Amino acid sequence: MSEQHSEHHIVSPKVYGTILVALLICTVLTYYVAGIDLGIFNNFVALGIAVFKATLVILFFMHMYYSTRLLWIVVAGSFFWLALMLLITLGDYVTRSWDIQHRIFF
Amino acid sequence: MSEHKEQENYLTAGFSLKSWLLTYDHKRIAILYLISIVTMFFIGGIFAALMRVELMTPQSDVFEPDNYNKLFTMHGIVMVFFFIIPAVPGVLGNFLLPLMIGAKDVAFPKLNLLSWYVYMVGATFTLYTIVSGGVDTGWTFYTPYSTSASQTHVVPVVLGLFITGFSSILTGLNFMVTVHRMRAPGLTWFRLPLMVWSLYATSIIQILGTPVIAVTLMMAGLEKIFRIGLFDPALGGDPVLFQHLFWFYSHPAVYIMIVPGMGVINEVVTCFSRRGIFGYRAIAFANVGFVIFSFVVWGHHMVVAGQSVYSALIFSILSYLVGIFSAIKVFNWTATMYKGSISFETPMLYVLGFQGLFLIGGLTGLFLAALGFDVHVHDTYFVVAHFHYVMVGGLVMAFMAGIHFWWPKITGKMYPELIAKFSMILVFAGFNFTFFPQFILGYLGMPRRYASYSEEFQVLNILSTAGGSVLGLGFLLTVLYMVWSLYFGKKVNANPWKATGLEWEHASSPPITENFHEIPVVTEDPYNYANRDFIKDFPKEVEVGA
Amino acid sequence: MHSSDHSAHHPALAHHFHDLHQQKDATWLAMWVFLATEIMFFGGLFLAYVVYRSSYPEAFAMASNRLNVPMGLGNTFVLILSSFTMAMSVYSAQVGKKGGTIVAWLILTLLLGSTFLVVKTFEYREKFEHHLVPGRHFDFYSHWEGHESAASHEGASASHETANKTSHEASASHEGASGKTKGVREVQIFFGLYFAMTGLHAFHMIIGAGLLIWLIVLALKGKFSAEYNSPVELVGLYWHFVDIVWIFLFPLLYLLGRHYHS
Repeated sequence: MSEQHSEHHIVSPKVYGTILVALLICTVLTYYVAGIDLGIFNNFVALGIAVFKATLVILFFMHMYYSTRLLWIVVAGSFFWLALMLLITLGDYVTRSWDIQHRIFF
Repeated sequence: MSEHKEQENYLTAGFSLKSWLLTYDHKRIAILYLISIVTMFFIGGIFAALMRVELMTPQSDVFEPDNYNKLFTMHGIVMVFFFIIPAVPGVLGNFLLPLMIGAKDVAFPKLNLLSWYVYMVGATFTLYTIVSGGVDTGWTFYTPYSTSASQTHVVPVVLGLFITGFSSILTGLNFMVTVHRMRAPGLTWFRLPLMVWSLYATSIIQILGTPVIAVTLMMAGLEKIFRIGLFDPALGGDPVLFQHLFWFYSHPAVYIMIVPGMGVINEVVTCFSRRGIFGYRAIAFANVGFVIFSFVVWGHHMVVAGQSVYSALIFSILSYLVGIFSAIKVFNWTATMYKGSISFETPMLYVLGFQGLFLIGGLTGLFLAALGFDVHVHDTYFVVAHFHYVMVGGLVMAFMAGIHFWWPKITGKMYPELIAKFSMILVFAGFNFTFFPQFILGYLGMPRRYASYSEEFQVLNILSTAGGSVLGLGFLLTVLYMVWSLYFGKKVNANPWKATGLEWEHASSPPITENFHEIPVVTEDPYNYANRDFIKDFPKEVEVGA
Repeated sequence: MHSSDHSAHHPALAHHFHDLHQQKDATWLAMWVFLATEIMFFGGLFLAYVVYRSSYPEAFAMASNRLNVPMGLGNTFVLILSSFTMAMSVYSAQVGKKGGTIVAWLILTLLLGSTFLVVKTFEYREKFEHHLVPGRHFDFYSHWEGHESAASHEGASASHETANKTSHEASASHEGASGKTKGVREVQIFFGLYFAMTGLHAFHMIIGAGLLIWLIVLALKGKFSAEYNSPVELVGLYWHFVDIVWIFLFPLLYLLGRHYHS
């Protein structure tokens, strides 16, 4: 009656420890890179590192790496939906300046 | 079963108030919802009636304009959040979902009860708001009026709606997990009744959309209290951002409203045409289409609000595309009826009414999706007529169809058919007289949310008010005869309509608390009327095993 | 046709489920779906943040530099560590370690979480003292070391009157004081978002702390075993999610202005 049983996979403390170290290193990295002026790329680096850290937490602390396809869809779907909301709304803001007389925000 | 033994069912499982208020049984929770939403429907209806009384004359002579603003605001809030969004999922969804999939209950019965209590807390906040003077911002709470200028109780009502949203979220979560994990053996996705597909799709929309309105209302509340500047241009904010956030939920919300109703239509139209559904997979996937496309069209509510015209263009195109999924369903239901063996019991009458009225509502929605047209009729009665055609002509008719169809299953009694038919005529005629003139009024330029209007609009307004009285009468009559039927209605067997479906063919009327004596195993497609012998397969009494 | 009929009925099995496996599958899916709603919930605030940050980059950078980065950074380490200890609690429960071990890891998690909240309290108090809470007493220039120039004094006194004047006039007087103060009123938006986002996050942490206490009580009663440990796993999922939100909040709120010279 159920499609896929979730793997009853037990993740080892070694994996957890490795992820912990990786997360801490990334945090330090974020802090230092933020102090260097990379212009617009500061945003990409900061977000990129944050996304990487979040991915590590989701995959290993939250066991997503060992989970069913349905759960993958739930997780990916929710981030996709968030992206949808952000991108379409920003689409409005970005294109407002295309009509010169409406230039308020950009 | 035999008449001399009163069969145990979920209604006889306990008669105390406690057994109802602390129940985990999804069927009892459905009844709790039924009582709540019908009550809220009539409260919302009273506001509508007061509005229509005011609108009989061009001047604002019955109410001050400020008070009129409160009327349409409270009408909108009560109807949208406390009637139409919870109606089908809360009542019919709760009652039927486990039965239709062969489960004993939903995945989380306690959470289910909590959903109802959360709804009631939210309703209490709103009722408090009503008695303490109401809110006058429109149910859309547009900023900066709601956050800076309005002197009414915006924060309590916003808090109440924030809370109510969780009822919706929890129900959606519950239903989604139920459909994934609680289906009976043999019940693959493509053997599910389409009502289940509809409830499932609705659940996803509830899950993804409702949190956004919650956080938006929270931001509006904070803005009102702390004057942060999030949505106030005087402080650097953008009121259009509020609208983006608000409509990101509120557009999908209209699909939360209509999709379950469409689910009902599937069940009723097949039963009263004695045919399998035409295009099962198309309808099933149309639901998926709704889930995705409902979330990318919200800007069509904001065409004249100040978003960029390019944004409006994209939203317009996408709004046309979302209409395709409604069209698929309406065409397929029509094709289902074609050459069917049609009978005109009350549920089917409501379905037929739905087909016509939802068609008009849907098509006028497409008119509105055209930017050139929308600019002229935005904020006029044309829009009001459009959404009442889809919400009342569509959803309420579908809800009525469903209530009548499953009434014998829920109560074990049959409603009085003749009065029900008469009531349906009242509702149908009353509805059209109320709202069709509003298309004309809007097209001629009468603005919405105005207590006074130009002289030349009076005749149509009077017609609309007259229609409203008939409509209200129809609904009132329905409640009366349904209550009557509880005491004096004819007792029915398990399957009085001779319909297919686990709830009809494997559960008694009313069902026992655990739904089934034995969990059924499903081996065939739904709506298998073709393979049912009308006489042989539906004996007078359905044997429900020991 | 019952699919399975356990004669030994686990006390934690609810009657409408066939077996513990179905129950665990259902609750696991439910928690993830709930987290999906949380993603959308926080998402609304992130949207507002993105819109206003791109609209007012300088105001946001300037405002961000008023935040206490050491506290923020410290809290980030604390929270990541707490995620690790939470994961270890789950592991202990899954391999059927004695209740005591599980409790130990849970208590560690609770302590770290509490540390986070205590630091947050200090942080908020500092903001309150510096008049950086949006509302009537918001005053960006007061208590800003190194910025006691005459211009900002004018700006400071002008902003005291903001509550009485419209902000339009207030910003005009800011501009009059120094050309560089354009966009100062928007710093209030930053702080509004800062408090809303970190406040909402802290609220979720408090709930998380409550859940941890509940788990500790259950663990002390010996309710968890290799066979049944879903509550620990589910709370773990919630806790990790709250950590992820902070992983995004920290760089976006605290570090965004670090490379600007203000």
